[in-house]
Amino acid sequence: MDQATKAEDIQSEDTWTVAGRTFRSRLIVGTGRYKDLEETGAAIAASGAEIVTVAVRRVNLSDPKAPMLQDYVDPKKYTYLPNTAGCFTANDAVRTLRLAREAGGWNLVKLEVLGPPPLLYPDMRGTFEAAEVLIKDGFEVMVYCADDPLAAKRLEEMGCVAIMPLGAPIGSGLGVQNPAMISMMMEHITVPFLVDAGVGTASDAAIAMELGCTAVLLNSAIAHAKHPILMARAMKHAIEAGRLAYLAGRMPRRMGADPSSPLTGLIR
Amino acid sequence: MRDVLTLLLNGENRQFETPAHGLLSVLGLLAELGLDMRKVAVERNEEIVPRSRYAETWLASGDQLEIVHFIGGG
Repeated sequence: MDQATKAEDIQSEDTWTVAGRTFRSRLIVGTGRYKDLEETGAAIAASGAEIVTVAVRRVNLSDPKAPMLQDYVDPKKYTYLPNTAGCFTANDAVRTLRLAREAGGWNLVKLEVLGPPPLLYPDMRGTFEAAEVLIKDGFEVMVYCADDPLAAKRLEEMGCVAIMPLGAPIGSGLGVQNPAMISMMMEHITVPFLVDAGVGTASDAAIAMELGCTAVLLNSAIAHAKHPILMARAMKHAIEAGRLAYLAGRMPRRMGADPSSPLTGLIR
Repeated sequence: MRDVLTLLLNGENRQFETPAHGLLSVLGLLAELGLDMRKVAVERNEEIVPRSRYAETWLASGDQLEIVHFIGGG
């Protein structure tokens, strides 16, 4: 087998599995904050994502025939990952996901219990409480959490199926502010490990993947770009580029030059 | 004469007439509201109502109902 074919094979066989489901795309995208549902559908298609996060909210009873997300983002084509965005207590998160399971029939969920604005930082006490109840109740919990190695390990031991620390606060677009801690946390986690929150542009997503993350979850970076569909494409490529760079293994850093051209055979 | 039920529906007090045969079910309520039952989920007094039981879950005045669906979210 030639070297180019071997490289192709490494790439084509590169999949990841969460809770028994296997995916090719390492980008999970949110479906919120778009201009309208049509743009949501187009951006998600451009991102190449196979999993999308969705929120659970009260139906607008005054307009029961309003178009719904499912009409633009087909649940048969994408894996819906219901979230608990906006839940500030464990009880609210558990109620929300029980409703989501009834609405969609899915056990795979994203748990987030948040502290107050302006940081919306993960409330780890609430997160532990909710994770315990949900796991007992048969849910497969992908969990948003602080970049705290002990908390992450504990969540994994409880049975969470993916650990998803923040790179920076939700919707901040500040990028991965904690690359060293993300790398150190990852060492001790065996389930899928994702950066969730903080990504602002394509290079941020690539950095998360170069660090060795299984995948990246983002929403605002695409939805709040001036041209969301272009940014969705950029993210798709950045995730792939970062993943390939990780698989390739980067060159060592050195403090000084090391010329690429031979220093012998020079003209005199 | 038909009874009137008062339900706390998604945080608002709403009144519904019971049907001629006497009782209003979750299924009947969703039909009355014009909602597609395949796209929503219902919680009654903080307990999930499984879809398979909509037809036999009877509502009483004072019940608190949450009717939700999926929307865009991150």
